[in-house]
Amino acid sequence: MELIFFYILAGILVTFSILTVTAPNPIRSAVYLISALLSMAGLFFLLEAEFVGAVQVLVYVGGIMVLFLFVIMLVNVREMETQRRASRHWKTAVVLGVVLSSELIFLVVRGADIFSTEGIGSNLIVEAQTRNTESVGSLLYSTYLLPFEIASILLLVAMVGAVVLTMKEK
Amino acid sequence: MIENLIIYFLIPFIKIGAIVLILSGAIAYLTLLERKLIAHIQVRLGPMRVGWHGLLQPIADGLKFVLKEDIVPSKADALIFTLAPMISLIPAFVVFSVVPFGPPGMFEGLLRGILSRFLESASVERIVSNPIASGGFVTDINIAVLFVLSVSSVGILGVILGGWASNSKYPLLGALRSSAQMVSYEVAMGFAIISVLLYAGSLSLVEIVQQQQAGGWWYFFIQPVAFFLLLVCGMAETNRLPFDLPEAETELVGGFHTEYSGFRFSLFFLAEYANMITVSALAVTLFWGGWLPPFPNVPWLGFLGIIPPVAWFLIKVFLILYLFIWVRGTLPRFRFDQLMNYGWKVFLPIALGHVILYAAILAI
Amino acid sequence: MIPVTHYLALAAILFVIGTCGVILQRNVLTMFMCIELMLNAVNLTFITFSRFLNQLDGQIFVLFVMTVAAAEAAVGLALIVILSRRADSLDVDQANTMKW
Repeated sequence: MELIFFYILAGILVTFSILTVTAPNPIRSAVYLISALLSMAGLFFLLEAEFVGAVQVLVYVGGIMVLFLFVIMLVNVREMETQRRASRHWKTAVVLGVVLSSELIFLVVRGADIFSTEGIGSNLIVEAQTRNTESVGSLLYSTYLLPFEIASILLLVAMVGAVVLTMKEK
Repeated sequence: MIENLIIYFLIPFIKIGAIVLILSGAIAYLTLLERKLIAHIQVRLGPMRVGWHGLLQPIADGLKFVLKEDIVPSKADALIFTLAPMISLIPAFVVFSVVPFGPPGMFEGLLRGILSRFLESASVERIVSNPIASGGFVTDINIAVLFVLSVSSVGILGVILGGWASNSKYPLLGALRSSAQMVSYEVAMGFAIISVLLYAGSLSLVEIVQQQQAGGWWYFFIQPVAFFLLLVCGMAETNRLPFDLPEAETELVGGFHTEYSGFRFSLFFLAEYANMITVSALAVTLFWGGWLPPFPNVPWLGFLGIIPPVAWFLIKVFLILYLFIWVRGTLPRFRFDQLMNYGWKVFLPIALGHVILYAAILAI
Repeated sequence: MIPVTHYLALAAILFVIGTCGVILQRNVLTMFMCIELMLNAVNLTFITFSRFLNQLDGQIFVLFVMTVAAAEAAVGLALIVILSRRADSLDVDQANTMKW
């Protein structure tokens, strides 16, 4: 049952990712990417990380992608729709694709031995089974408190930076 | 095997079907309610021709929407133009999968009565004791509040995409306004909800109501400011007057759905009213104690228990919807800069301060 | 239980797609979205390992990645707005001058 869900979500994810890359204009790309991100959230739910899954939808779809669409509308993409898409870098892409794909095949063939999960103790999964949100929260505010604070400062800096950048010069 | 099939497939399926049907009916009659109320506020009669006092008007409207010609502007992006109304309508319905209408174990008797005719008593008991099967909700997940917020944020995309895909000035302006407005007010709304979560200590909507039952007070009496914030931000989120700038008729012709007609327009129309019901249901669940009667633990008010829990829920949702319409009939529209100022400079600081205050109270 | 390699393979496929997109696409906005896709592929591996090693740290890390993605989107989109305002184009190859 889990496997069926996995294959459905993975199929949607791969299809929409390819569509994102090959779409004729940015707004189509954005729509396809949103679908891909939503099925990614589904995969997170499947992996029992429901808090991160919900945050994925909230942050990516509700925040970042809305921002993308907002900017796409601001810069008036429609007039730039017909610009060329093929790039002179296609050779690099092919080489990279071949290398990464061979790694991928290696991973699928041999991966089961390398990434065996036996023998690694579980310290948190007992709590995680029942209250994923609570355990993530307590971990975030204890062990990872400093990174958490730094992340908040990073957000502030990004916010100020974005405002300063887009401000029109007097 | 058959028990699992019934618990996780058949019963949720029936519940979902029932909710979709009831919700569609509720939306249809909400439009009539709005027209009648607004009419009476303005000393008019409102729809009177179709049926007794216009009671059949929603059906006539629905028929008209379906029969109208479905126009796609020639330069529009046809795919996105078609998708946008669905994107804005579907999340509004999806949210109801986690909103509790009644207490856990609400359908126990009913289920037992029906199932005992077909199954042996052991498996009947197993099904009935499962909260998903017998509860007054489709499902109860431990991230329900986050789920509601994230799913309703998907609905914004429908408005933005619809406005862009129409390839027309006014819809684009409406879409720009709406995305700015909804994103801004979502922040304050999130904070208003967080202060409830602080008290409830759970993200499950069912558990939040149970906490209110255990505490004996609706959260409205503890945090009236948060309720007010949620209501105002809810009005902004659903693009209702006085925050209906995305579709301000007098400035933008029709706003983001100017180019839409026929069935697709009706989907946007339905989405607005469905979102109203969603926000009302959320406010009722978080602040007005969901299916609980007022002051559930006061003994001499026990007679209020005569009214079934679902009826309490529906009455409260109706009251908030009434308030929504009343506000629409009373207040003028904000200007856009006023709207953004209120969102960022008034509501957000209040919400932040509110969260800090209540966190401090809880800590002490 | 789904074998861990399934998830890793999926993440790798997504990462390859994202990388190819960044290299092939010349539109800044689409390139940006491909980067988001790559970040998501990495997130998937984090969550996968967090599940299969029974440690929550992977999920925390994903939250940080999302924070960085949000910050990056804000600054990057601001840059894109400036680029389109100055160069009147979203083609990265057009943005080849060091100074306006």
